[in-house]
Amino acid sequence: MTATALKTHSLSAYYGDFLAVADVSMTIDQRSITALIGPSGCGKSTFLRTLNRMHEVIPHARVTGEITLAGENLYDPGVDPVLVRQRIGMVFQRPNPFPTMSIRDNVLAGVKLQRSRLPRSEADDVVEQSLRSANLWIEVRDRLGKPGAGLSGGQQQRLCIARAIAVQPDILLMDEPCSALDPISTLAIEELMLELKSTYTVVIVTHNMQQAARVSDKTGFFNLAAVREPGRLVEYADTTTMFSKPKKKETADYIAGRFG
Amino acid sequence: MATIALGLPATISLTRDHVRRGRRVKNQVATIGVVSVFTLALLPLVSVLWTVLTRGLARFDGEFFTNSMRGVLGEGGGAIHAITGTALITGATVIMSVPIGLLTAIYLVEYGKGPFARAVTFLVDVMTGIPSIVAGLFAYAVFSMILGPGVRSGVAGAIALTLLMTPVVIRSCEEMLRLVPQDLREASYALGVSKHRTIRKIVLPTAMSGIVSGVMIGIARVVGETAPLLLVAGFTDSMNTNLFSDRMSTLPVFIYSQWANKGVNAAAYDNRAWTAALVLIAFVLSLNLLSRLVARVFSPKVSR
Repeated sequence: MTATALKTHSLSAYYGDFLAVADVSMTIDQRSITALIGPSGCGKSTFLRTLNRMHEVIPHARVTGEITLAGENLYDPGVDPVLVRQRIGMVFQRPNPFPTMSIRDNVLAGVKLQRSRLPRSEADDVVEQSLRSANLWIEVRDRLGKPGAGLSGGQQQRLCIARAIAVQPDILLMDEPCSALDPISTLAIEELMLELKSTYTVVIVTHNMQQAARVSDKTGFFNLAAVREPGRLVEYADTTTMFSKPKKKETADYIAGRFG
Repeated sequence: MATIALGLPATISLTRDHVRRGRRVKNQVATIGVVSVFTLALLPLVSVLWTVLTRGLARFDGEFFTNSMRGVLGEGGGAIHAITGTALITGATVIMSVPIGLLTAIYLVEYGKGPFARAVTFLVDVMTGIPSIVAGLFAYAVFSMILGPGVRSGVAGAIALTLLMTPVVIRSCEEMLRLVPQDLREASYALGVSKHRTIRKIVLPTAMSGIVSGVMIGIARVVGETAPLLLVAGFTDSMNTNLFSDRMSTLPVFIYSQWANKGVNAAAYDNRAWTAALVLIAFVLSLNLLSRLVARVFSPKVSR
């Protein structure tokens, strides 16, 4: 029996009056990779963004329901979203290193901006550890002072992962982290995810079913009944079960490529 | 067989000369049109620069930059008092309008929602259109109310110019802040960084080069203002380094008064006016160059 990292209870996400994701209850296991799949517009990215309270950054966006992290409801009125995001990091679809910063400063950005002072030796350790964990250290150790935006797309994405894990979150959310990358960089990121799950809980949104099958332990399938209808969690099970004998016909159809 | 199948009818041959010729002619006509209109637009600029340069060089000497007009009636004399005045008044204007402008822009881009933000945007638009003489009259009225009628000082001039410069700064800073990708803000939030730190450490540095050139454009806008300064900072022949009391000369007002109140030796007055104009143009030009340099220093680095 694996421990629970995060639990959502009848979670719904809105954009203004539009209900984008309805009534999702799921349990995310600790130190595992959970993949969220589904056709475009089914709300899987929106759902992911509710997990670290990034959804509400968008004007008029709001959330109902509960998410519990270690017994605490993230949507409790007293909870500071800034502190939630320090514990639940996020990697985005497009690599977005800070353009004004060097590789080193990009890795340190989260740590430095959260608290003001960091001794140099400690900072050096954080940079090396994070870049090593992101499998980027060997490629960039000679040019840490160079701008982060000068790296290739795949390297930039690994830099963003290094930046996210430098603040030592418990959970790492990845919103289609490979969709802007070539196959070789994708492979590098997938290998990285498998290494990361020994330390972190990873939740990944992906369009790529093969990717979900390759890396994840559990898979959740989101779908929507029709356009303008809310997305729902249709089925959630072990990845092997999902891809071999899904319970619902909808899931089987999607996995077999009959729609989506 | 194959050659017959691939053989194209002559009418859609790849070398239809008449079509190519027609396109080439159109291209040439368009090129000539664009170049001649551009030259026409450039002509007055070059003419102004040339005239100011040739006439202004006559008095572009040491005396001009070291002496004031105190007690000078004919030849000689200088504009150091006006140069100092312009520097002081412009500096005070920058000190007042940049913080107000930048903070307003940050409010509008990062925080402002609803009717209040819309009202601010509308008022900024209105302020952009204020005639400069009205800004001068406003400053004159304010200082007359507080210190009695007829009071003139450098700081009154700076307040009039602030009224003109602030909307320019707000507009350009707002545009630059909006250019910062939302991605970067989200990346920072996702690292558990608070909103005000995100603005200070991510958004402002990313937009810095644009903000700096926006401020420079604002300075260029006000440094040549004459009417409001003539009204509230007044005119004097002597050096005055105190912004808070007495009249203070500035370069535009100096140019105007040299040209308008010629003494016995009219040529000497004309020459001083031309040289002051040259100094003013050189000042704006070097500000532009400086802003480009600063923009390059601050701009996001992408080279490997």
